[in-house]
Amino acid sequence: MIFARRVLAIAWKDLVAEWRDRESITAMCFFAFLVLFLFNFALGGDQTLIRGASSGLLWLAFAFTAVLGLARSVQGELANDCLDGLLLYPAEREAIFLGKLCGSFSVILLVELISFPIFSVLYNMDIWSQLPKLLLITVPATLGFATAGTLLSAMTVGLRAREAMLPFLLFPLTIPLILAAVRGTEVVLRGEAFELAMPWLKLMAAFDVLFLVGSLLTFELLIEE
Amino acid sequence: MVKAPDPMSGQSVERTIAVLTVVGLAAGLYSAFVYAPADAVQGEVQRLMYLHVPLILISYLAFFVVFVASLLYLWRRQSWYDAVAHSSAEIGVLFTALSIAIGSIWGRPTWGAWWTWDARLTTTAILLLVFLGYLMLRTLVDDPSRGATFCAVLGILGFLDIPIIHMSVVWWRTLHQPASMLRPGPSAVAPDMQVALYANLVAFGLLYAYLLIKRLQIEGAREELLRLQMELLG
Repeated sequence: MIFARRVLAIAWKDLVAEWRDRESITAMCFFAFLVLFLFNFALGGDQTLIRGASSGLLWLAFAFTAVLGLARSVQGELANDCLDGLLLYPAEREAIFLGKLCGSFSVILLVELISFPIFSVLYNMDIWSQLPKLLLITVPATLGFATAGTLLSAMTVGLRAREAMLPFLLFPLTIPLILAAVRGTEVVLRGEAFELAMPWLKLMAAFDVLFLVGSLLTFELLIEE
Repeated sequence: MVKAPDPMSGQSVERTIAVLTVVGLAAGLYSAFVYAPADAVQGEVQRLMYLHVPLILISYLAFFVVFVASLLYLWRRQSWYDAVAHSSAEIGVLFTALSIAIGSIWGRPTWGAWWTWDARLTTTAILLLVFLGYLMLRTLVDDPSRGATFCAVLGILGFLDIPIIHMSVVWWRTLHQPASMLRPGPSAVAPDMQVALYANLVAFGLLYAYLLIKRLQIEGAREELLRLQMELLG
């Protein structure tokens, strides 16, 4: 019980800090909007082409946006020696990891929820009737992305080339998630039977379990001094 | 410095492997270009298979060695295991890149394209990207022991992620001819060709072993140099 409270305390700290300046969320939302907006030009305004590619474009926009947020989440701890303070917090390392994960996950999910209406308008898609199914795809995909991202940003945060290294490590590893989310979203948006998305949901579950367990087992080794 | 099985001491072992590698590669080339018949459909260009297939199979082995050595490093904390993982990853990346390049040259006349987004091609490309990231991360982390830990974690998770990546890409699309060696049932390859293929597989396996030994010696020499520098500078 105390473990869960510690996790929530760290997540709460991140969310309060985020709420005070709203810097990440603003930047991420604007970035997601911009990417979705710019993709239109790449496809030359061809409506059938845009509709066919829309789920892929949506998830690429989310992936780029999520990397922004993930990099900031751990990087924010570097200023004023916050990381040392965080490590002094009398909690298990696993609790620190899960706390950071919950914080990043909530921020990314919120940005995705804000981006859905923008997507719906820009790409002329009806997503409202499908929202519960869409969330069934979005939540596990975001969870896996946030887990792998939190672990990898703990590795890359101290590097000179961290802006380049985090996506370089994160994207190849998370290709299954991106593929699964794109296919799942396609199934939902085209109104096909939801059973077609089931294998992809299982795949995302396997990814999430692998990276959650892997992160919990190894996070302590990554941040020990 | 940790004295795990010291690669320096096995001079005779190293020489034996060196000789065997040279002989094996020569025999491999002979069997690939002279002994094996030209393919009935694809003609001479099919001989690239004798390099393409062994290279990729040995690079799978190399990445498996990275996985095992990384686990052992995190468990035992001996720098020798990290050196093995690092060296094996370098050779694995080299072999994978060579195999992709050769496959690409083979694919151009047979499939009519340098590259297609077929499942196994894509998985292999992702595998290459994951371990390129692994090597880049290592060069960027200044503290060697932290770099070793980071890479060990990445090596383990990256390796375990491969089946998931492969699954996702297979469901995505498939065009590559099915595996002809690693599959149950009668082989799809003619006996003469099989001989050439296995000869090259053994040859490249030996080459891998030899490169690994050499790379470990360089790593040992580097550590020795570092130690001497520390000593001199006090």
